[in-house]
Amino acid sequence: MVADSVKIKTEDLNIYFGNVQAVKNLNLEIFKNEILAIIGPANSGKTSFLRMLNRLNDLTPGFSYTGKICLEGQEITAIPVQELRKRIGMVFALPVPLPVSVYDNIAYGPRMRGIRKKSQLDAIVESALKEAYLWDEVKDRLKDNAFLLSGGQQQRLCIARTLANQPEVILFDEPCSGLDPVSTAKVEETMLKLKNKYTVVLVTNNTKQAARVSDRTAFFLMGELIEISSTSEIFTNPRDKRTEDYISGKFG
Amino acid sequence: MKRLSPKLTQTLAYIFIITSTLIVILPILGVLFLIIKRGLPAINWEFLTQMPKMGMKAGGIFPAIVGTFYLIIGTLIFSLPLGVLAAIYLVEYARENIFTRIIKLSIVNLAGIPSIVYGLFGLGLFVIFLHFGTSILAGSLTLAIMSIPVVVTATKEALESVPDSFREVSLSLGATKWQTIRHAVLPYALPGIITGTILSLSRAAGETAPILFTVAAFYLPRLPRSIFDQVMALPYHLYVISTQVPNMPLKLSYGTALVLLGLVLFLNLWAVIIRTHFRKKKKW
Repeated sequence: MVADSVKIKTEDLNIYFGNVQAVKNLNLEIFKNEILAIIGPANSGKTSFLRMLNRLNDLTPGFSYTGKICLEGQEITAIPVQELRKRIGMVFALPVPLPVSVYDNIAYGPRMRGIRKKSQLDAIVESALKEAYLWDEVKDRLKDNAFLLSGGQQQRLCIARTLANQPEVILFDEPCSGLDPVSTAKVEETMLKLKNKYTVVLVTNNTKQAARVSDRTAFFLMGELIEISSTSEIFTNPRDKRTEDYISGKFG
Repeated sequence: MKRLSPKLTQTLAYIFIITSTLIVILPILGVLFLIIKRGLPAINWEFLTQMPKMGMKAGGIFPAIVGTFYLIIGTLIFSLPLGVLAAIYLVEYARENIFTRIIKLSIVNLAGIPSIVYGLFGLGLFVIFLHFGTSILAGSLTLAIMSIPVVVTATKEALESVPDSFREVSLSLGATKWQTIRHAVLPYALPGIITGTILSLSRAAGETAPILFTVAAFYLPRLPRSIFDQVMALPYHLYVISTQVPNMPLKLSYGTALVLLGLVLFLNLWAVIIRTHFRKKKKW
């Protein structure tokens, strides 16, 4: 891949929580319009890394880091944090709708950025819901409380809410961990379509999910990046013994 | 000695528990019964809307009702914003360190200070030092200081009960910290804040000691014209007519007690209604 297609690049990234090092010496590139899956057992630093990208780790007491993360060549700490989080959206493990209407959930981000005009918000809500393939299911329920949706719909609502911010990168943090197989399939289908427009980073405990949707896969273990390459290669011909063991279910 | 059978022990334990509960609620029922029985005959339109007459031995308690009402409003105006903002600072902004621990400890201890101490403090600070005189302003401020720890504690609990995930979602969507507090935290903490505030007000409404030196008038058969006026207030009026006025018709004392009790129960009832209403609506 050529250099100008690098969306996010980390250099010698170390993440600490108090005295515990969560991520060690990470050098990683994420390319535009790819789905990068990050797999690894618990405590491997996947989520810590993901939350580093939109600076959500800043909220955790005791957090510190060294190294550099660049978004399109610009260090993320140089970008105002609200703008960074608008450009790098996140979908959490469990769907977290706010206890307001479907509409108000989707409009939350744009409203916070000062968009007040109803016609403009209407358009944003509609296109975000369409992009998340939820529009047909909820177009008559926009005023309903978001908690009334099913779990899978709630998670796609959260995706739509992220899309309403018109991000460049979307981080998925184990987005299907609370969902049934049918809802999981729908979310995965959504992700696949999203990569045409967005860069997607997917942290998942489900190696099969990584195999199904991602272009490249990174394997994290104890805070270290063990291996990263194209998904087909990782799953058919891993270079590292530990990757092979993890994928074949020998540990983790 | 033969051990009692498990079944018998169980029955005995149950009897003890039930008896204790009855003993606990009996005084409350007794107080209610007595006050309603003896006070109700005194309640009529004149009693509630007229000035006291003949050295308070006849007429109504209107100025005391109005005075207590003003004091409740005054207390609300001062204690709600201060208490809520302080709680927001403690929950949302303050980091865990010695300084915040001292603040939290002070708030817990403030709630334990005897109300007469607040009364004397209010006399020293508001009445004398700040020259507010014995006035609604001084009394409200004193009651507010007494209520603030309760408001802070209630607000803190309400804020802490809002899931952290709401804050994370809001921030992750690019909201600022204040926008997050304003739109993703406060709305969901509001019922708890309102309930706690009402309960603190109902306690303030019934206090005598804090208003003794700061606002309460012994006998003032007119309505206040400004916040620098003295007023009569129900709890102090009750104390006065029960102990300071000889040959007081007992009916009037009980009537006054009933009005005060009714006011406090009315406030508490609203707190309960609001809490139940929002608990039903709560979905997370």
